[in-house]
Amino acid sequence: MTQSNVTTSVNTETSNQRNALTRLASIQSLQIALVLLVIFLVFSLLAPTIFPQWSNLRQIVQNVAILAVLGIGMTFVIITAGIDLSVGSVLVFSGVVSAKAMQALGSQGWGTALVGVIVAIGVGLLWGLLNGFLVAKAKVPALIVTLGTLGAALGLAQVITNGVDIRAVPKELSDTVGYGNVWGTTIPLITLIALILVVIFAVVLHKTKFGLHTYAIGSSEEAARRVGVKVDRHLIAVYALSGGLAGFGGILSLSQFGTTAIAGQSQTNLNVIAAVVIGGTSIFGGVGTIFGTMLGLFIPAVLQNGFVIVGLQPFWQQVAVGTVLVAAVFVDQRRRNAATRGASAKAKNSLTALWSKKQ
Amino acid sequence: MASTTPILQAKGLTRSFGAVRALDAVDFDVYPGEVVALIGDNGAGKSTLVKALSGNLDLDAGEIYYAGEKVELNTPSAASKLGIETVHQDLALAPHLNPTQNMFLGRELTTSGVLGKIGFLDNKTMRARSQAAFDELGATVRSLSGPVGAMSGGQRQAIAIARAVAWAKGVIFLDEPTAALGVVQTKNVLEIIRRVRDKGVGVVFISHNMPNVIEVADRVQVMRLGRSTATFDSSKTNMEELVAAMTGALDGAGA
Repeated sequence: MTQSNVTTSVNTETSNQRNALTRLASIQSLQIALVLLVIFLVFSLLAPTIFPQWSNLRQIVQNVAILAVLGIGMTFVIITAGIDLSVGSVLVFSGVVSAKAMQALGSQGWGTALVGVIVAIGVGLLWGLLNGFLVAKAKVPALIVTLGTLGAALGLAQVITNGVDIRAVPKELSDTVGYGNVWGTTIPLITLIALILVVIFAVVLHKTKFGLHTYAIGSSEEAARRVGVKVDRHLIAVYALSGGLAGFGGILSLSQFGTTAIAGQSQTNLNVIAAVVIGGTSIFGGVGTIFGTMLGLFIPAVLQNGFVIVGLQPFWQQVAVGTVLVAAVFVDQRRRNAATRGASAKAKNSLTALWSKKQ
Repeated sequence: MASTTPILQAKGLTRSFGAVRALDAVDFDVYPGEVVALIGDNGAGKSTLVKALSGNLDLDAGEIYYAGEKVELNTPSAASKLGIETVHQDLALAPHLNPTQNMFLGRELTTSGVLGKIGFLDNKTMRARSQAAFDELGATVRSLSGPVGAMSGGQRQAIAIARAVAWAKGVIFLDEPTAALGVVQTKNVLEIIRRVRDKGVGVVFISHNMPNVIEVADRVQVMRLGRSTATFDSSKTNMEELVAAMTGALDGAGA
């Protein structure tokens, strides 16, 4: 029996370690918020007459709107310890089918626009259901399933259009959702739409049973299954959510760019995944916040915008984002290891312990 | 024992894995308010029996009765609904969730009204009820809001047991609950077992620790090579006899 060893280690445990894991996500959000603030201040100092002006910031929040919608679904998926590589392709495919439907209806009027919205969401939902079914029931790894649907959805979009972009978007959509403002303000309508979705799904993730089961499955699928959580059904729902939001992204993209932009979304999935991970969601599941994802989206967006304004080659943005991504995961990993080591001496010297001493 | 009907009774449970007979016509019973220890060497079929009785295993043959009525235990949920709870060796807690969330996982309380219907959680009530459950067991769970993954083995064990105790109305299975624990924690677990028994719940306790078994069990059921080979009244047995029965030295004599 090794009982005496165990007793010692239990006794040496201090209350410093408690809350360590739950705090992880929020700490990382805080650090990312600081990084974002620093970037913002630097650009504001370098270009005080352009960068911090509302006209410029307005452009940034307009540009991240579609990625934010995709980021919601991706956060849910990654919290379950999954991944969805297909979001960009599903966005394109949904946009194509929706544009085809609106073309058939004459391409004008609010009625047509509404049909377009419903078709786009519905088509995205179907791709999501397919992903979810293959992951949950057929037990194919999510990376492979969504790599497959990434190719299939994009290929089918090209088959449907013969590779030629469709530009049949109702004027009503592009004038309002596309580049219109919220009535009586200069806030882009597309940003408000994204913000509403972000708030709704942040509440779902953090306050409801659906959200709790999402964390539980990512934390320990087996533990969730044993207490009667309907794991398969939940996973299908989460991938369907991601697909449905990508479909909605499709109609937003159509509205904003006035074209199906078939070739324009090849990096979208990776940009969204990077934002989710930078924002403190663990790719191993069980931890993450929608708020973090939003912070994670703004870092590349602000960098891109800022580099252009200060006259640096915008390609530096990719270098910077890559670095931030790896650094974020590195810091996260270190902290996670320290936290799960619990009572060990090393953990006391870690950032986690420093943080928890403040409570 | 007050009751004359076993709260859980198994007759002729049989299950083979290929050529291996993991369970060979096993009979087993536990009465309300009784602690039955299930002992046996590795591979004797203890865990397989627990799986069968907690809805985690399909059987080739055999019948299970709950409070005298025949039941089918096809899923863990079916067992839970009857009031059968299991503390698995690996505890089966979600490490990133806090003790309250683990306690109520799969059985969450929602707020009243429309918000509750769409799944809004009543965290306040759940926290209060978890606290009450931990207090009742005398379990020292330091933080109800920290993730259980960052807690010590003893605390996690206490949470897993408290969860099972809180939901078990009829029978509770404890698969090696003291294997990873220190002296003090082991004592606490044995104390918890007695308290649960005093509430009238049947407790089935798997252990390799013979002094613990003799200390806490009312009855000891020995398994060997997929069969239940002997039953002892723990007040009338000793360690030598139990070990002999486990290793087969008593074969033909004790059974």
